[in-house]
Amino acid sequence: MAQVQHTLSVVVENKPGVLTRVTSLFARRGFNIDSLAVGTTEDPTLSRITIVCSAADASLEQITKQVYKLINVIKVQDLDPAESVERELVLFKVNAPAERRHEIIEIANVFRAKIVDVGRNSLTIEATGASDKVGAMEDLFRAYGIKEMARTGKIALTRGREN
Amino acid sequence: MSAQRPESTQGSERVQGSGSAPKPGCASKPERVIGAEALVRCLEEEGVGIVFGYPGGVALPIFDALYSSEKVATVLPRHEQGAVHMADGYARTSGRPGVAVVTSGPGAANTITGIANAYLDSIPLVVVTAQVATAVIGTDAFQEIYTTGITLPVTKHSYLVKDVAELPQTVKEAFHIAATGRPGPVVIDMPVDVSKSEIDFAYPASVSLPGYKPSVRGHGRQVKEAVALIKSARRPLLYAGGGILAAEASRELKETAELMQIPVATTMMGKGSFPEDHHLWIGMPGMHGAKYTNFAITETDLLIAVGARFDDRVTGKLASFATKARIIHIDIDPAEIGKNKVADCPIVGDAKNVLSSILAELRKSEAEPKTQEWIAKIDGWRKQFPLHYGTAQKGTAQKGTGQAGTGLAGSTGTSSASGPAVLYPQFVVERLSALTKDRETVITTEVGQNQMWACQFYSLREPRTWVSSGGLGTMGFGLPAAIGAQAARPDALVVDIAGDGSIQMNIQELATARLNGYPVKVVVLNNGFLGMVRQWQELFYGRRYASSVISQEVPDLVMLAEAYGCFGIRVTEPTEVDAALLAAFEFDGPAVVDCRVAPEECVYPMVAPGSSIDEMLGGIPGGPVSEMLDDEVAEEVQG
Repeated sequence: MAQVQHTLSVVVENKPGVLTRVTSLFARRGFNIDSLAVGTTEDPTLSRITIVCSAADASLEQITKQVYKLINVIKVQDLDPAESVERELVLFKVNAPAERRHEIIEIANVFRAKIVDVGRNSLTIEATGASDKVGAMEDLFRAYGIKEMARTGKIALTRGREN
Repeated sequence: MSAQRPESTQGSERVQGSGSAPKPGCASKPERVIGAEALVRCLEEEGVGIVFGYPGGVALPIFDALYSSEKVATVLPRHEQGAVHMADGYARTSGRPGVAVVTSGPGAANTITGIANAYLDSIPLVVVTAQVATAVIGTDAFQEIYTTGITLPVTKHSYLVKDVAELPQTVKEAFHIAATGRPGPVVIDMPVDVSKSEIDFAYPASVSLPGYKPSVRGHGRQVKEAVALIKSARRPLLYAGGGILAAEASRELKETAELMQIPVATTMMGKGSFPEDHHLWIGMPGMHGAKYTNFAITETDLLIAVGARFDDRVTGKLASFATKARIIHIDIDPAEIGKNKVADCPIVGDAKNVLSSILAELRKSEAEPKTQEWIAKIDGWRKQFPLHYGTAQKGTAQKGTGQAGTGLAGSTGTSSASGPAVLYPQFVVERLSALTKDRETVITTEVGQNQMWACQFYSLREPRTWVSSGGLGTMGFGLPAAIGAQAARPDALVVDIAGDGSIQMNIQELATARLNGYPVKVVVLNNGFLGMVRQWQELFYGRRYASSVISQEVPDLVMLAEAYGCFGIRVTEPTEVDAALLAAFEFDGPAVVDCRVAPEECVYPMVAPGSSIDEMLGGIPGGPVSEMLDDEVAEEVQG
């Protein structure tokens, strides 16, 4: 069966050990987590775990049901990319000898990324966006040499439907 | 519920809990107690009459508090695994959560098999594990293990109590979670400093679990759809599992079956949910089901699964399981629906509620059964392919053709003139079934051949009289489970149908039975092998009996029984079976019947792993079913 990447938004009680319960369930049922992000929600008693994983539809339904069965899990949503806003944050430390710095800054500007640190031979750039934008930047910076990169898991919310 | 304190104290070891100062009554008024006392008060509030507990360093405050309880009796097992299996046996036979209390480290680690066993069979347990003091958690302190971590994948939920103030709410939630929805084990890990801290005790009246709301009632539209399917089916079949027992839905199952004249197959976990002497009962499906049961599943046009989970031991090769059928799947756990087999009509809900709704709809629409031909067809298979035995020693005297549910067709137990009679294990089970027919009996089993023969040849009639390790297949379960069952049902005859391999895994619990006055009877089908392993080696590994040969002689089970202060008796001839069983039943205390049975008897029929369930080894020759259909049915099937 075809594996498709899904973004699951899991709202849980903000209690110790809940993240372990969720992630160990993925491990036990044989699912690989591609990315993971956790933080509190607007309600401090609740946390949102955003999980990106690849799965066939039938097995995704199974893991979703298993996650939902956990006592501390309030809600599980498989986010539709067309109906949600997704963001990742990345920090790139790029090789930047003086003569090439300008080009790198140009690229960062195009992507509306920020230069957050300048070293003698490097630039550190902060970028946010959807995965494909972040991926495109990574691709461009590789030409200069990425010394280090840190990337958060994806976070996501469904789009407002008030109107 | 009254405290289950054994009457008889045959040994020096008294069940604790009697003779201490009276406790103040109701818990509604706050009272200053320590955590351990608060825990015991919580258990009392939950109506717990008995706990199975093994003490140790950090568990001492809890055991000290249990010692003064007037309402909660404590039974000391000989191993923590035994404690959990006892609580499990208690839960299965009483319908109430079983409780075990153990110490930290090795005590907690020894509970894992028992907890996993209860988890896979959806049995409500509350297991209290003591823990090292909160200040040293994470430092590899003496007897520290990460209990909530190692129990995580085998519990429905777990708690580490870090503050004594959370304790009453935690216990309340633990019992609620264990017993509702799809039941399961819950662990409460209790650090020793929490046990010693003071608290103004008051038991909460309710739980608040925003993430836990099991769906109990079936969806109305789905119920209507199920009813339509049932009314139009020509060859319907009820496939009933442990969910019937968990939901106490036996009456609804019987009424549904009788109203629409639908045959009922019960899984091993569902045994006892439908009377096995009923004409609509057609046996246990799956790997060691009767041929007629598996043929019926293969030919049904509507499979109504209730509280069953399409386990691989039932389905065999999934792709060819019940392929001619529409499937109604009723289960309280939404994750079970569609997990292994796609359902045409899924209904999430409690078996009792959903079957009641279905019954009401069926009655309202004055539905008429249309299954006469179908039942006749299954009865034909039943006559043609009954369960039978005597395959190992071909040509010897005694051949049984007994059918589960109808008792004793064919077996006589007498030697023929041609030679000494072979003592078949199935014959022992048949005799046990016949001799206990008219008395309140609970059967527990170990795991392996003994268990399958018990399934095939013991005829059950009542719910909660069958206690067997299904999902995990835990050898050593039967004896401690029997003790738990006896604690729940002091007046019942409790018999553990055992093998000589399994019984040795928790044999030490004979001491618990003896000293606490639980007169359980262990019938060992002693063939000198790890029988089911040997059977697979005979069939699939060229009779290379690697590590499956034990011994019929060592240990001497009769002497071992006597060493534990129990009654022991040996049986080597079919003619001795009845007298030995009756002597064991009559003995006022635990007993072991060492039956030296035919060593290389196999459990037949058998679906080889990975095969379709209608392709069975052994048994009366014939099949697969599609080749044997008469023209009329074949036409209908093809049409």
